[in-house]
Amino acid sequence: MLADWVRALKAASTPGAKTLISDPELQSQCQEFISLFADALSGGNFEDISGAAWTPTREFLAGISRSRGRQGFSPSETALFVLSFKEPVFNHMRRAFEGQSDAALFTDVWEVSRLLDKLGVYTTEIHQAAREEVIRRQGEEMLELSTPVIQLWDGILALPIIGTLDSSRTQIIMEALLQQVVATRSPVAILDITGVPTVDTLTAQHLLKAVAATRLMGAECIISGIRPQIAQTIVHLGVNLGDVVTKASLADAFRVALKKLGHSIGTTKG
Amino acid sequence: MERIPILRMGTTLLVTIQVDMHDEIAVRLLDDLTTMVTRTAARGVVIDISALDMVDSFIGRMIADIAATSRILDAETILVGMQPAVAITLVELGMSLPGVRTALDVEIAMELLRDAGDR
Repeated sequence: MLADWVRALKAASTPGAKTLISDPELQSQCQEFISLFADALSGGNFEDISGAAWTPTREFLAGISRSRGRQGFSPSETALFVLSFKEPVFNHMRRAFEGQSDAALFTDVWEVSRLLDKLGVYTTEIHQAAREEVIRRQGEEMLELSTPVIQLWDGILALPIIGTLDSSRTQIIMEALLQQVVATRSPVAILDITGVPTVDTLTAQHLLKAVAATRLMGAECIISGIRPQIAQTIVHLGVNLGDVVTKASLADAFRVALKKLGHSIGTTKG
Repeated sequence: MERIPILRMGTTLLVTIQVDMHDEIAVRLLDDLTTMVTRTAARGVVIDISALDMVDSFIGRMIADIAATSRILDAETILVGMQPAVAITLVELGMSLPGVRTALDVEIAMELLRDAGDR
């Protein structure tokens, strides 16, 4: 039965999938599934795969679909692992029922078929969940990557913002900035928005909040990298940037920050 | 009844809030502080709230009131060491305390006051 199944699996799988998983590995996975499946069947519960007798089988399948999901198998390829088991099982049953009535064979085939379908659907569900987990984690990582707080000078922090500013991102950026202000005792922080493609009223609101919070903590916030279009938008929208210090480029902002701290830049030549 | 101690350092009054601010303490602090400012003719008030990790709108308003009142009594008031979480909360509540001076820590605040006194 094992040999039949492995052959059926290999015949059904795509060339790409074959390279992802080695023959001995496939063999051992099949073998383990058969033994777990037989154990579960001996429990006598053919109806409900969420029962305790099926727990080892479910866990094994969950592990397989998760690892396949990570390896880049498609959901149908993952479900195929269980569904392709039908053919060898049915062949085996036909041989076992030789000489008996067809009705008994059909009833049992129906039972096994339903059971395997349920297990197949289960693997697809787990596969999907594993994929969603990956997407969620990547989203989080992107958020973390996008908020580096850089110390430009002793007492000067810079936070280059790249990409669109939405509420959840602003929250993370603001927290990262404020934590760093406390940790490094920096009186000046520069928010550089060169990488922000568009500014709408909401984004401007978020920026103003970040500036206000920084000021409350006793540091000063400079906004730099405002591109001409964005400056126009801000004025058109009627957003009042009030007494926020704004500079066109990060270099300008840095010079202002140094001046505030009592440093000056000069050339040694000439 | 708890009250927040007010320390006098030369012409500066130092208030460090180290207990959970509830409404009554805040009102009492406003009373005590204004009395102290007039009695000692203080030129500066430093309020250290670095140990304060929670605020509501009332406490936020009291802080603003304390700062505004002592400024009327001609004492420069500096709010010091606000926690990030507190700053975010106040901003979200729409209280960005305009007109209140702030500093990162007591040392910087003392320097600011000294600079203001020299002028």
